[in-house]
Parts: sequence; C-alpha cells; structure tokens
Amino acid sequence: MTKQIIVPFGPQHPVLPEPIHLDLVLEDETVVDVIPSIGYIHRGFEKLVEKREFPEYVYVAERTCGICSFIHGATYCQGIEQIMNIEVPERAQYLRVIWSEFSRLHSHLLWLGLFADSFGFENLFMGVWKTRERVLDFMEETTGGRVIQGTSKIGGVRRDISSERLDQMVKDLDVLDQEMKELTTVFLHDDSVRHRLRNVGTISRDDAYHLGACGPTGRGSGVAVDARKLGYGAYDRLNVQVVTDSCGDCYSRCAVRAKELFTSTDLIRQAAKKIPEGPVDVKVTGAPDGEYFMRAEQPRGELVHYLKGNGTRFLVRSRIRTPTLSNIPPLIKMLQGCELADVPVIVLSIDPCISCTER
Amino acid sequence: MTLPQQTTTSTDVGKLIGSVERFRNEGYRLVQIGCTKVGDLYEINYCFDKDYHFENLRITITGDTEVPSISGMYWNSFIYENEMHDLFGIQVRGMNIDFKGTLFRTAVKYPFSQPPVTVTKGDKP
Repeated sequence: MTKQIIVPFGPQHPVLPEPIHLDLVLEDETVVDVIPSIGYIHRGFEKLVEKREFPEYVYVAERTCGICSFIHGATYCQGIEQIMNIEVPERAQYLRVIWSEFSRLHSHLLWLGLFADSFGFENLFMGVWKTRERVLDFMEETTGGRVIQGTSKIGGVRRDISSERLDQMVKDLDVLDQEMKELTTVFLHDDSVRHRLRNVGTISRDDAYHLGACGPTGRGSGVAVDARKLGYGAYDRLNVQVVTDSCGDCYSRCAVRAKELFTSTDLIRQAAKKIPEGPVDVKVTGAPDGEYFMRAEQPRGELVHYLKGNGTRFLVRSRIRTPTLSNIPPLIKMLQGCELADVPVIVLSIDPCISCTER
Repeated sequence: MTLPQQTTTSTDVGKLIGSVERFRNEGYRLVQIGCTKVGDLYEINYCFDKDYHFENLRITITGDTEVPSISGMYWNSFIYENEMHDLFGIQVRGMNIDFKGTLFRTAVKYPFSQPPVTVTKGDKP
C-alpha cells in the first residue's frame, strides 16, 4: 500500500482570497481524501439580530458579503415583507432585479479574473477586472456605493433610477456585452485555458445534486436549479434562462459563469424595458410575527434567509444559509482523485466566499 | 408577486430518520438544516427541495436530547450538523465527519444557547 501523507492547504494560500483550510490526504501526488476546516472568521452576524431592530438589521444582512451585499439585503427584506404581507411597489421590484443582476455581473467578473489568476493568465485577469470597473461605476452612480449599496429597505428601495439613466444604462450594456464577449471567448476557446480546466475536478450530476451543489457549481454538472425561477421580485415577469453544462469539470463551471454574464445583461434589458412608473416604497407599520425561508439566487447559488419573528421589533432568529456552505461537501467530492497541483484551481472553481459562509 | 406559503411538518426525534428517508427516496435534495432556540427548547428545521417545491421538517427538542445524524442518507448534512453542535450545543449522534466542536471556533462556547441579549432604549449597541 502506498504511504499516505497529509498536506495542509490554507487557510492562507495565494489563490485563496479568504481563509479555508483543507487537510489533503495524499498517495504520491493524488488526493485520496479531504477534511475541510472553516471557522477562522466567524463573525456572529446571526446573533446580532437580538440587538438590532428588524428594520435596522438590513444593514447587518447586507454586510454578510462584500460582493453580493445587495442580494443579501434584498433577500432579507423580501423575507420580512413576506411574513408581514407587505405589497412592494412594482417599480421597486424591478429596481431590485436590476441591482441584483449588476451584483451578479460584478461577482462573476471578479471570479473570472481570480480564476484566470489561479491558472497563471495574468493578462486575462487584468482585462476582466478592467471590465468589472464599468459595473462598479454603475452601482456607485445609482446607489452611492461600490461595495455596500444600502438601497434595499423593508417595503421597497431607498433610491430610484431616472428614465434617462435607465436609457443610458441600456446603451452602456452594449459596450459591456462587447467587452465581455471578447473576454469570454478566451475563457471558452483558448487552448491553454481548456487544457488547464477540462476533466479537472469532475463531479457527476447525481453527486452534485445529492451533495447539495448549488448555483454555477451545480449547473456546471447539469443540475438545472436556479432560485430566480421561484419568481421572487420581478423575476416572474421576466424570461430567466437557466444556463447549464453537462461535463461537471472546472471548465464547465467556468463556462456557466461566463455565459451567465449575458443572461444577466439580458435580464437588465428586459427589466429596463418593462419597469413601470410609480413609487419605490411603501410605509411599513407593525412587526413581523411568523416565519419564512426566503430563497434567492446569489451569484454563487441558492441563498436562504430563514427569518422568525414574534411580533416584537427584534427577530427571534435570522439564519443565513449561504451557497458556499452548501458547496463545501461537493468540493470534497471534486478533490478526491485529483492531482495535488490541481487543488487550487478546483477550490476556486466553486467560487468560495468564506466571509459569507462564516457569517 | 406573493411567494408560496411554506408548510412545516413536525415530527418526533424517534421518527426523524424515517421521515428524512421518505424525502431521500422521493428525490428531494437537502437545502439546509438550521436550529432556533425558542425559550428553553430548540427547533431544528430540515429543509428539502425538489423541482422548486419546498418542504420543511421540524423537530423540537430539549437541550440535552441527542439527535441522530442524517448523514447516512444525506452525506452533506455533516456541515449543518456540526454547525448546530458548535453554535447551539446540540449533540448529534453518528455524523460521518465529526469536527468535535472545531468547525466554528467561537469565544463563547455554544453562543446561541445563551439567553438572548436584552436591549433597552438608550443602550449602546
């Protein structure tokens, strides 16, 4: 029997933006088992719900993640609105979709850049992040924040986008699409990229489904689940295309994210075309008394905010199940049988967000 | 749009494995397991989904009740079971990967089993 050794990977590693530790059990250069460890940056956000009144907790929910903060805030608000039976103005629902899809663009472009960096394609990394700036500029211009937007509130949104700005935004999307097309062509068709990612970290559809893979991690294995199909916000009035791939390797997960860039710009265009005039918020009175599991599609996959209130200003429980937490068990499966040199690329292929996961 | 109402089915700890097995056999995926402290009791929610149909299974236990792991049916449950052990102090029997309290390292042991912080007007957060 070949001698087994354990190689620690992380919590600090050049390819990891945030700390996760993996104990890799190796036989020669092959990974035969993996034990993951997290818990280095647990922040206790959920416990904070006892100290913040439910309207204020939006700010805490948003800070769960620095990349998809808007979606966290909006999901929390939609969960409370569901418990309290609040009818949110239609314009606010469309605005939430627009900002959510810009968050997805921001996240996917950030990830594509990091992924290019992980396999040593620095020029591509810089090109992608340059394009990402356009998205951040739009977020800043319309919300005032590049990272934390702060525009969601219970009962609607805090800011509106003028018709002129929406028209300009749609025109700007053409430029963005053109740049993204050039970049994604490299990800999808360059031989060196394909060679580095094909048949690496493969997980079958059945394994992905039963191990709880969500978002592009699951869709890259053919699991056609996208929480936007639940129809929250204004998604029920838009044509949401679910992008899937069937190979289940790193290339497939990359391809899903690359193609989802264009479904996001398509959704923004649809929303800009259909958005009605009207108010963007309603007055909220009372306090939530009940519970709801609010599900939404984050860039990394299905997000669940479980909210439970007892009729007071303080919630009994806010439990946030982030997609990365759900994608850790499939990651173990992907790593089993891979070569040691492929570990960084495979880990990054699930787009791990450990801050989200630790909460 | 009003989102669909969600149904919660309550069961006993002794019937948990059988109930979860039914979901597994019907092809549901495990969405999450989450714990909530309600008074002196703990509610544990096992959430499943199939084709966007959401089901929630709930057990309500005391703090000293040992809960069977469902990792024999849902291998990925270990991440949630370790979490509820580390944050709430729930004892889970038979986990496929048992971190023995080291998944979440918190300054206060089992922080969510502590009484809720009471805030009065004028208190600094």
